[in-house]
Amino acid sequence: MFKKSLLATATTLSIALASTTAFAAGTLDSVKERGHLQCGVTSGVPGFSVPDDKGNWKGLDVDVCRAVAAAVLGDASKVKYIPLTAKERFTALASGEIDVLSRVTTWTLSRDTQLGINFAGVTYYDGQGFLVKKDLGLKSVKELDGATICVQSGTTTELNMADYFRTHGLQHTPVVFDTNEQAATSFDTGRCDAFTTDLSQAYGLRTRMSNPDSVVALPEVISKEPLGPVVRQGDDQWFNIVKWSLNAMITAEELGVTSANVDQKKSDNNPNVQRLLGGSEGLAKGMGIGEDWGYQIVKQVGNYGESFDRNVGMGSPLKIDRGLNAQWNQGGLLYSPPIR
Amino acid sequence: MPPDLQKDKGAASSAPEVKFWNDPGKRALLFQGLLVAAILLFAWFIISNTLNNLEQRGITTGFSFLSETAGFGIPMSLIEYSEASSYGRTFVVGLLNTILVSVLGIIAATILGFIMGIARLSDNWLVAKLSSLYIEIFRNIPLLLQIFFWYFAVLRTLPSPRQSIEFLGSYLNIRGLSMPAPVLEDGFGLVGIALVIAVVASVLLSRWGHKRQDETGQILPTGWISFGLIIGLPLLAFFAAGMPLSLDHPELRGFNFRGGMTLLPELVALWLALTIYTGTFIAETVRAGILAVPHGQLEAASALGLPKTRTLRLIIIPQAMRVIIPPLTSQYLNLTKNSSLATAIGYPDLVAVFAGTTLNQTGQAIEVITMTMAVYLTLSILTSIFMNWYNKRMSLVER
Amino acid sequence: MKYETQKALPPPASTIGVLGWMRKHLFKGPGSSIATLVLGYLAVIWLWPLIDWAFISADWLGTTRQDCSGDGACWVFINQRLDQFLYGFYPEAETWRLDLSFVILMACIGWLVIPRLPAKGPMAVFTLVIFPFIAFVLLSGGFFGLEPVDTHKWGGLSLTLVLAVVGIVAALPFGVLLALGRRSHMPIVRSLSVIYIEIWRGVPLITVLFMASVMLPLFFPEGMDFDKLLRALIGITMFQSAYMAEVVRGGLQAIPRGQYEAADALGLGYWQKMVMIILPQALKLMIPGIVNTFIALFKDTSLVLIIGLFDLLAIMQAAANDPNWIGFATEGYVFVALVFWVFCFSMSRYSQHLEKRLHTGHGAR
Repeated sequence: MFKKSLLATATTLSIALASTTAFAAGTLDSVKERGHLQCGVTSGVPGFSVPDDKGNWKGLDVDVCRAVAAAVLGDASKVKYIPLTAKERFTALASGEIDVLSRVTTWTLSRDTQLGINFAGVTYYDGQGFLVKKDLGLKSVKELDGATICVQSGTTTELNMADYFRTHGLQHTPVVFDTNEQAATSFDTGRCDAFTTDLSQAYGLRTRMSNPDSVVALPEVISKEPLGPVVRQGDDQWFNIVKWSLNAMITAEELGVTSANVDQKKSDNNPNVQRLLGGSEGLAKGMGIGEDWGYQIVKQVGNYGESFDRNVGMGSPLKIDRGLNAQWNQGGLLYSPPIR
Repeated sequence: MPPDLQKDKGAASSAPEVKFWNDPGKRALLFQGLLVAAILLFAWFIISNTLNNLEQRGITTGFSFLSETAGFGIPMSLIEYSEASSYGRTFVVGLLNTILVSVLGIIAATILGFIMGIARLSDNWLVAKLSSLYIEIFRNIPLLLQIFFWYFAVLRTLPSPRQSIEFLGSYLNIRGLSMPAPVLEDGFGLVGIALVIAVVASVLLSRWGHKRQDETGQILPTGWISFGLIIGLPLLAFFAAGMPLSLDHPELRGFNFRGGMTLLPELVALWLALTIYTGTFIAETVRAGILAVPHGQLEAASALGLPKTRTLRLIIIPQAMRVIIPPLTSQYLNLTKNSSLATAIGYPDLVAVFAGTTLNQTGQAIEVITMTMAVYLTLSILTSIFMNWYNKRMSLVER
Repeated sequence: MKYETQKALPPPASTIGVLGWMRKHLFKGPGSSIATLVLGYLAVIWLWPLIDWAFISADWLGTTRQDCSGDGACWVFINQRLDQFLYGFYPEAETWRLDLSFVILMACIGWLVIPRLPAKGPMAVFTLVIFPFIAFVLLSGGFFGLEPVDTHKWGGLSLTLVLAVVGIVAALPFGVLLALGRRSHMPIVRSLSVIYIEIWRGVPLITVLFMASVMLPLFFPEGMDFDKLLRALIGITMFQSAYMAEVVRGGLQAIPRGQYEAADALGLGYWQKMVMIILPQALKLMIPGIVNTFIALFKDTSLVLIIGLFDLLAIMQAAANDPNWIGFATEGYVFVALVFWVFCFSMSRYSQHLEKRLHTGHGAR
C-alpha cells in the first residue's frame, strides 16, 4: 500500500504540473481557453528579453509577445514567459510548450523549411559583428588572422564566422560556449581576442563587461541577421495573428499613433488610422480576434518606435541607432504591408 | 506470480480442481504476457506520436545529415577537421576528444587516488589528516562546481599571451599551455621497433625468471632488468639512428602562440576537476581494499621472513587488488561519463560538439541524442563485460 | 621479608605528553620526519593566505561593491544576494511558504534520524507520501487561497532541494519494483528490468537531461505539454530509479535465505512475503545506500543549469554576471561549495554512522 500511494503521489503531481491543452483545435482557441499566451524568450539578453530584479520581463522581443497577447486576449500582461536555451527553442515550439517563439531568432531558409516553423516577420534587422579590446588597435576583421574568438554554440553566428574566415583565407580558433553571457565573460577575462555575436546583443553584453569603454566593435558586419517571431507551421490563422500584430506596431509608428495619443487618434478621420484602431468593421474577422486589436496593441504596448526606444534605442542603456530599423520612408527597412 | 512457490506447488497444480489463476506457472505466463503487451502498447504510443509529430511539423528525419557539411569550427581535434568536414566527422572528433580527456583523467586520478588512499593509512598523523582532508572536501562538492571553479576562478587569473609564464620552452597563459611538440623524422621507426623488442624480451625474461625460481628457488631481479631493457634499448636505437627527433617550439606570432602543441585551458580545467574529484573515490576504494586484507596475512608473511617490500608486493597488493579492481572500474566508467560535463565550459567533447552544436544546427534531436547515448552505453557494456570476466578469473584464484 | 610491589616508574618522557605524541605520530623515522616537515611547511604557506583571504582581510558588511577593500574575500556579495540564492525568483511575499516546507522537511527528517523517538513507521509514511503533497501545495500554490507561483520562478537552493528530494522519493517505488523484477524468476520481467537498469546506469545524466528537455516533448501527442521543471524531474526520476534499484537489490540480497523460506513455509503469497517479511527488513539495511545515492543525486542536481534551470549554482553564476558584482565569482563558488559540502558531508557522516550501527545486526553475513 505504501508503494501504491507513492505511485499515486507521483502521478497526481505529474497531472497537476502538466497542463494539458487541446490545441488540435488551433493555437488561437487554446490560448483563449487558457487565458494567457505562452511565449518563448531568452534567459537574458539585454534589450530583447531580460527579467528585471523583480522577475518582470522587458525587451523588444517581449513586447512582441505582449502585442500578441493584447490583440488576442485584450490584455498585454497575460503572457507567461518561458526562458529557453538556443538548443531547446525549436523543440519547445514544435511540441506546443510555447505559442510564439520570440527569442532573437534569425530567419534562414533551412530553419524555415526543415524545422516545421514559420517566421512571422522581422522585428530587428541585425548583423553579426566583432568586439575587440581597444588597446589592440585593430581596424578591421581582416586583421584578426590567427585570433581566438569566443562564440555561442548552436547559432548562425558560429557558421557565419567560419564562412567569413574561410572565404578570406584567415585562420581562427573558435571557443564555443553554451550561452552568450559565458562567451562574453570569457572574452572579457581575456580567454579570446574577439567576441562575435549579433551586434545588438554585443552592445547589450558590452554594458555588462568590467570596463565597457575598453571594448570596441569592428566596423565590418559580416552577415544579415533578420530576427523575428516564430510560430508553428500549419496553423495559418495563428501565423496571421502574430504577423499582423507585429505589422500593427510598425504601422502605428508610420502613422504617428503612440500609446499616449491613441485615444485622441481614435477619432482621427484618417482612414488608415481608423482601420488600424478598429474603426472599420470586419477587418479582424479573418483572424478571429476582437475588432479593437490594433487599439489594444498600441494602447498597452505602444508602437514599434516606442518599444525600440525604451528597450534598445536612445531611451535605454544600449543606445542603439535606428539604422536599418528605421521606417522605410526614413531610410530604414521597416515596411509594413497596408492594414486594409 | 509468486516465483519462489513455483516448484513447491508445481505438483499440486496438476490436480484438476485448481483454477488457472491459482496456478503460479500459468499466472506468471499471463502476467508476463500482460507486461509485454503493456510495454509494446506504450512503445507504440511513443513511436507513433513521435512519427506523427515529426511528420506534422515537417521536421527532417534520418541519418543523411551525417554526410552534410558541418560548417563550424572545432578548437581541438585529434584528427584532421575543418569547417568543410561533415557532421559525421564532428561525431568522431567529439568521440576522440572524450576518449582523450577520459584516458588522461583515468591515469592521473589513479595515481592521485592510490597515493591519497595509501597516505590516509599512514602512521604519520599529518600525512593521514591531510589526505583525509582532501578526500572529505572534494568528494562532497559537485563536480560541475569544481570544473567551474578551476576554469572560471583559477585558470582565468593566468596572464595574457604576451605576459606568458615561461618555463622549459613552454608558455603558460590564459589561452592554455603551449609546449614544444616532438616532430618525428625519418628513422624514428627504429626506436619504435627497439621498444617492441624490449617489451617482448621483458615478458619472456619474467616468464623464464618465474620458471627458474620455481625450479631452483633463486630469484632474478627481473623487474630491474626489464626496466633497463625498456628504457635502454630504445635510447640506444635513438642515438644509433642519429637522433631523428626535433622539437617544434611554440612562438608568439600575432595574437597567439603558433606551432608546438597547446593544451587548451578547457581541457586542463576538466582534467584537473575530473582527476581531483574521481581521485577521492579511488582513494577510498584503495583504502578499503588494503584494509580488507586480513591481518593474519601480514603476520604469516613476517613469520615466513619476507622483507617488507616483498610482503607488500607479493601479499598485500595482489589481495587488495582483487577487492579494488571492480569498484575501480566503475569509477573509471563514472569518470568517462562525467567527462560529458565538458559542455559547460566548452571543451569540445562528444556532448559539446555532437549533442551540442551539431544538434543545434541540424535540429535532429532524436538521432543525435540516441547516437550519443549509444556511445556511452557501449562503453558501459564493454566495462561490464570486462568486470564479469575479471571477477570470474579472480574467483578461480579463491580457495 | 615482606615483598612489596614497587610503584611503576613513569614512562620515559619521550613517549608521553605532546612530545611523545609528536614522536610517535609525526617523527617516527627519517622518512616520516621529512614528510612532516615538507607537508607542514606546504600546509602553512598554502593555508595561511587562504585563511587570510577568507576571514582576516575579508569584508563582511556593506551593500555595494564599494564596501569591499579588495584585499580579501568580498562576502558582501553573498550577503546582498542571499535571498536570491535561497529562493530564486520566488515572490518575496511568498517565501515563507518555502521556509515552512523546509522546516517541515527538516522536522520529519530529524524525527526519523533521532533513534529515541517513537513511531518511525508512520512518520516515514508521512515524510514519503503526505509531505510531498503538502510541499507541492505550499510551493506551487493555487489551493486554499495561496497565490500560484510559476515553476520557472523557482530557483536557488530551494530548487536544488526540490529536485533532489522529488528525485529520490519518486525513484524509490520504481527502484523497489525494478529490483524485485531483477530478482524475479519470470524471464521476461527479469530481462526487462535488467535492460532498463543497465541502460540508465550506462548513460551520463546530462544526456538524460538533454533527452528530457529536447526529445520528451516529441514523444507525447500534441497538446500534452509538460512544464520544463517537470520534464527535468521525469528525467531525473527515470535515471535515479535505476540506481535505486541496485541499492534495493543489495538490501534484498542481504536478507538471509531462511527468511524467504520461512515466509514460504507459512504459505504467504509473493506480495505478502515481500511486503510483510522481506522489504521491512531490507529497507532498514538499504538506508545507508539510499543516503549515499541521495548524496550523489544532490550533487548531480547542479547539472540542470545546462538545460536552463536556475538551481543554486546557476543562480550564483547569474548573480556573478551582474555588472555591479563582476569579479566576485570566486566568493560565489566558495559559498555554493560550502553549502553543498555541509549538506553532503553531514549526510555521508550519517550514512557511515548507520552502516556501523547496522553492521552489528547482520554481522554473520
